[in-house]
Amino acid sequence: MIWLDTIVQGILLGGLYALFAAGLSLVFGIMRLVNLAHGDLIVLAAFLILTIVSALGLNPFLGALLAMPVMFGAGWLLQTYVLNRVLGDDILPPLLVTFGLSVVIQNGLLEGFSADSQKLSAGPIEAASLPLGPVTVGVMPLLTLISAILVIFALNQLFYRTRLGRAFRATSDDAVTAGLMGIRPRNVFAIATGVAMVVATIAALYLGMRANFDPTIGPARLIYAFEAVIIGGLGSLWGTLAGGIVIGVAQALGAAVNPEWQILSGHIAFILVLLVRPRGLFPRAND
Amino acid sequence: MTGPVLSIENLTAYYGDFQALFGVDLALQQGQALAIIGANGAGKSTLMRAITGILPSPRDAIRLNGQPIGHLSAPEVLEAGISMVPEGRRLFPSLSVEENLLIGAHVRTGSRYWTLDGIYDLFPILAERRHNPGTALSGGQQQMVAIGRALMSNPDVLLCDEISLGLAPVVIRDIYASFPKIRESGASVIVVEQDIGQALKIADHVCCMMEGRVTLSGAPDALSRDAIHDAYFGVSA
Ligand SMILES: Nc1ncnc2c1ncn2[C@@H]1O[C@H](COP(=O)(O)OP(=O)(O)OP(=O)(O)O)[C@@H](O)[C@H]1O
Ligand SMILES: [Mg+2]
Repeated sequence: MIWLDTIVQGILLGGLYALFAAGLSLVFGIMRLVNLAHGDLIVLAAFLILTIVSALGLNPFLGALLAMPVMFGAGWLLQTYVLNRVLGDDILPPLLVTFGLSVVIQNGLLEGFSADSQKLSAGPIEAASLPLGPVTVGVMPLLTLISAILVIFALNQLFYRTRLGRAFRATSDDAVTAGLMGIRPRNVFAIATGVAMVVATIAALYLGMRANFDPTIGPARLIYAFEAVIIGGLGSLWGTLAGGIVIGVAQALGAAVNPEWQILSGHIAFILVLLVRPRGLFPRAND
Repeated sequence: MTGPVLSIENLTAYYGDFQALFGVDLALQQGQALAIIGANGAGKSTLMRAITGILPSPRDAIRLNGQPIGHLSAPEVLEAGISMVPEGRRLFPSLSVEENLLIGAHVRTGSRYWTLDGIYDLFPILAERRHNPGTALSGGQQQMVAIGRALMSNPDVLLCDEISLGLAPVVIRDIYASFPKIRESGASVIVVEQDIGQALKIADHVCCMMEGRVTLSGAPDALSRDAIHDAYFGVSA
């Protein structure tokens, strides 16, 4: 029973990693851009929620709702004025620029909020739990996983059922031909990054409610997100959820053996999956 | 009498330092079908890329209904009323047949003469395959999707770059059988063809290109075989 409990906790933890990763996966799927500042943008969103919550005395969920349009705008501006200028056949410039952005965000946050750890307080719900068959699960981890599933489902609907999603896929297939259809790839990219930042805000909400955060924790979140995306298969959103769960379960199992092994076992699972399936669990056919 | 729908004057085009077009002139009259023929590397596709805004051109070198469009980007040219069936079809592999057609009407729907149903009437086989991935079709069917996709914006000018390339003669005949209906919609058409026989059959006017220049231009029945041969391959010594 202890193993079942551990696996369930791991799956729930995977929901958090999938949320970290979903925005990264979306952006990579559409424009083949690896955003090295993704983790820091999540932390930035957490500080934005914190600011809104303390200024207006709101509950973090409402704070996140208000932060979403702001982060969408920030993503749109970032893509339009910075990333679109460096996207091209060479993958190095966008990597360097997003790496630089990561450093800028961390230092900006340190300047503005100091290195103290912060937390978003959600009240009694934080400690609440409920029995689920033979195991007991925390309400907060359960909410996180449910949110991750909803986010991935919504992104899939957007991708496969809407006019905008059609433009996303066409642009990702062939930006020149998309231009012949009247699609402006740069606008499409700007909207995609805006959407990714909305998802990053949801990730930030759970990050901030479940643990302490400070300006320096972005890069570690990026690594989990990155591993989840690669395990799942580049460009596959459901794959990203599966990837998050693989890392979550591996970490939980590692921690059950020896608490010091938690982080390491996540990375080992990542390497093992890559050894067996170099293109991830659900690779896209045409990459 | 009104002027040409599309007129091109002294158009030059470059790939970096390499000059691919050297002062091309041509005019497409309202309702006309113009065929552009020429050997590999003559600059036919380059001309299409320049018209559609994929390659930059001087502002006044290309005019649509008298308005300069040379400086416009590809989406702007589409909105102005020119759409293209690109060389090699270039369907979107992530999109189904129907989505490939719908994306043709993503921003411009023009006169609304062509709708999804209209395209399925034109090419009934596509209705059966509507949910297949665009790239899971035969070459001829893919070409039909590419033509339908270009029609969905209801263009004033339709450009077709080598739609018969790599297709069996019977399939080519089927595809060209759709042209009378396409012209009924009011679109003026430019077809780029290496298949001279096919080009001469449907065209009101023929231009032959060689090494980035128009070397011959005239009505199909006014051009002798020898004149076409010389313009196509260069005058033999
Ligand atoms: N992307 C490119 N970069 C550099 N040069 C190019 C490029 N595309 C075409 N060219 C050159 O421009 C010239 C004209 O090419 P273009 O594709 O327009 O010929 P074409 O008449 O369409 O030939 P084909 O019948 O083979 O399609 C050729 O010399 C070709 O090598
Ligand atoms: Mg060509």
